[in-house]
Amino acid sequence: MTFQPPGPKVPQKELNYQELRIYTDEELRNPSDEEMKQFKIKHDIPLLEQLESGPWPSFVADMKVEAWRRRKLADDRMFAPREMVEDLLGQVEISLVHGETHWKHGGIVGVSGYGGGVIGRYSDVPEQFPGVAHFHTIRVNQTGGKFYKTDHLRALCDLWELRGSGILNMHGSTGDIIFLGTITEQLEPIFQEMAHHLSQDLGGSGSNLRTPSDCIGKARCEFALYDTQEMCYEITMAFQDELHRPMFPYKFKVKFDGCPNGCVASIARSDMAVIGTWRDNIRIDQEAVKAYIAGEIPPNAGAFKGRDWGKFDIQAEVIDRCPTKCMALDGGKLVINDKECVRCMHCINTMPRALRPGTATGVSLLFGAKAPILEGAQMAVLGVPFMEVEPPYDNVKEILSKVFEWWDEHGKMRERLGELIQRMGLQRFCEAIGLPVAPQMVWRPRANPYVFWKEEEVPGGFKRDIDDYRTRHAR
Amino acid sequence: MGLSSTKFGVYNPEKPNENRITDIGPRYYWDFFPPVIQRNYGKWLYHEILEPGVLVHVSETGEKVYTVRVAGMRTMTVALMREACDIADKYCDGYLRFTTRNNIEFLVTDEAKLEALKKDLQSRKFYSGSYKFPIGGTGASITNIVHTQGYVHCHTPATDASTMVKAVMDELFDYFTGMTLPAKVRVSMACCLNMCGAVHCSDIAMLGYHRKPPAIDHDYVAKLCEIPTVVVSCPMAAISPAQTPDGKKTVKIKEERCMFCGNCYTMCPALPLSDKEGDGVVILAGGKLSNRITEPKFSKVVVAYLPNNFPRFPEVCATVKKIVEVYAQGAQKHERLGDWIERIGWERFFEKTGIPFTEHLIDDYRLAYDTYRTSTLFRYTDAAWAVSKAAGGIK
Repeated sequence: MTFQPPGPKVPQKELNYQELRIYTDEELRNPSDEEMKQFKIKHDIPLLEQLESGPWPSFVADMKVEAWRRRKLADDRMFAPREMVEDLLGQVEISLVHGETHWKHGGIVGVSGYGGGVIGRYSDVPEQFPGVAHFHTIRVNQTGGKFYKTDHLRALCDLWELRGSGILNMHGSTGDIIFLGTITEQLEPIFQEMAHHLSQDLGGSGSNLRTPSDCIGKARCEFALYDTQEMCYEITMAFQDELHRPMFPYKFKVKFDGCPNGCVASIARSDMAVIGTWRDNIRIDQEAVKAYIAGEIPPNAGAFKGRDWGKFDIQAEVIDRCPTKCMALDGGKLVINDKECVRCMHCINTMPRALRPGTATGVSLLFGAKAPILEGAQMAVLGVPFMEVEPPYDNVKEILSKVFEWWDEHGKMRERLGELIQRMGLQRFCEAIGLPVAPQMVWRPRANPYVFWKEEEVPGGFKRDIDDYRTRHAR
Repeated sequence: MGLSSTKFGVYNPEKPNENRITDIGPRYYWDFFPPVIQRNYGKWLYHEILEPGVLVHVSETGEKVYTVRVAGMRTMTVALMREACDIADKYCDGYLRFTTRNNIEFLVTDEAKLEALKKDLQSRKFYSGSYKFPIGGTGASITNIVHTQGYVHCHTPATDASTMVKAVMDELFDYFTGMTLPAKVRVSMACCLNMCGAVHCSDIAMLGYHRKPPAIDHDYVAKLCEIPTVVVSCPMAAISPAQTPDGKKTVKIKEERCMFCGNCYTMCPALPLSDKEGDGVVILAGGKLSNRITEPKFSKVVVAYLPNNFPRFPEVCATVKKIVEVYAQGAQKHERLGDWIERIGWERFFEKTGIPFTEHLIDDYRLAYDTYRTSTLFRYTDAAWAVSKAAGGIK
């Protein structure tokens, strides 16, 4: 029977591009190669033009194609400057010549009622490149797993061609679809057109909850240990206020990885990383193990096919590489001491048809990852070793709310959660969230004995009587 | 109802709150899944990479789905996006997806369609000859470089992103379309230390970096910035309040303390750092994100500075390629770049790659001592003999 998801929190508009569309097929016709070879943009861009060749897709060629179309569209078929793409190429070219960017520092623009989702951007050479004098970014909340219907994407393309530059990121680093370059006047129309016609909201920016993102999960991965898509959607919807209206000390990122392979990099990039794991035994198909040993199934799903590595050697490639050495071959049978397994996924990745994670699945929660600004890069620290998770994920929401509360109360301006944990100590964090400490949270105990003993931990407290002391010790 | 083609659409500037819709979040993911994904959600048994860029996933229901992965450009236009939609409409019933590393994936259930799809994708080229949708990026390969905005949209970069990524991927193209490496190699790129690309856990990272302290726009510091905020923004406490000769409030900077992080510029537009001679590229290596075999680890600085040699960055390309080639030759199967380096030792890494070990590579920030080798366990290389000679220990 097909799995039934809990369903959306708000009604979703039906999407039919033929009804939604703005442009005709003729308007959307792409130029022929011949037309492109004749086409010159208004600026000389010899440096960028060196990047039109070479096998990797060329962003310069792509932008020139779009520039060609914007020359052809009628005046009333675009509400942002016609020259946006050409002037962008021109400005990037002089940036390469000068070895310095030509974007001004920030600029406060946005849509009413939201504190995030729009980043203001202005050129510092607007006379030379008037098309990009105003070139604001809009972050659009991507769909879970980054799956799309072409009806949705084509509608976004038409909207963005009409009201912006036609240049976008699929996707930005945090996960959003990013619309690059529009004018202030079009921000509200873009926002409300998306909301009304496409059931599509903006993402986060600034000191708020940034747009959560997830891996492909159960949609097309046998390793997914919980429903990354549903949890990402549920958490995104439960914290819409935190996402759109900045009230935190700094940014806060949440990412959902379905297993310890970590395809969305949650452990390095999110203030709260949700990583799928299991607590029972790895499932073994001994027949398939034999097939791997016999060379009937390529190891690692065929990832090494491009080179002759010789015959698959289960001892050298799997058993000896196990980080806890908890595996062995016993008379042709693979045995695993699951109690010592740390669930690194190596054996499962290498022999996916023979080994599968257990069925008692859940998540580990880790906290505090960030890029180097300011105290140096940090990875997320293990907080909750294992947690069962089911929609609507109240246990995860409750912990996340406590984290927000503690960070709100103690965090300094522009202090990420990980820096606060470092400043105050992991034990203070655990205390605030209501977690007992455990050796799993550290690589090793401290080497210095500089314990900040609390007064109540020491019999008699910190009040000392020097006169009493002196009755036993002469000055 | 169609999208509006009037200037303001459904938005009424006279009554901005009229019929306003907010807080609706993203589209519900389920509605964008192809039927085969809906039918097999959570039921996948295993997958196999049939050839570089082509995967098959097999479900416990017996159904199969084939995926063709192609390189995407993070920065693209609606022209290329519509072309990707044309392909998805023709072969994939109007569905497609993007990966976290900016690739595009086309899913089909019919093996016959798979061949036609592959052929179509490989045939599409820009007028200038570049592929539009090259197939690859699976298994023991180098897949797409995640990157930042650079000169296309950012006010703080120390280099450009799109140009460097294009130049480097042209060089590494055979590693994208093949699966010849000992393990996957993740290459990432960020234009400055803010690292919106979070490259700090990549096998190979390319990072833009400033090398000159901020220029101080004295007449504007007080107008544009809150001076106390700027002072505390500096992690090295190098900034203090000051006055100009004509009595304006400004700041002064102890230049020898500056580590060029740019945090002050984030707080104050009157303190720009970018500079043609100062800015360049740092190369880091040996990081990883996955928990496979060993724990996730940070990338380490292996080249402190390479010039911003636009637009093709020959020095960056040569360094990255050299690291990949030496790794490909020396590492064992399944061994990530960082695990290989830890096995052979960093001294051997510098010997094998020929990358000079300079004093810039020795940490002198917080917790630096933890990176100093407090042991007699080391391997001899020419670098060690040079120290011995300098110390008068050998002739």
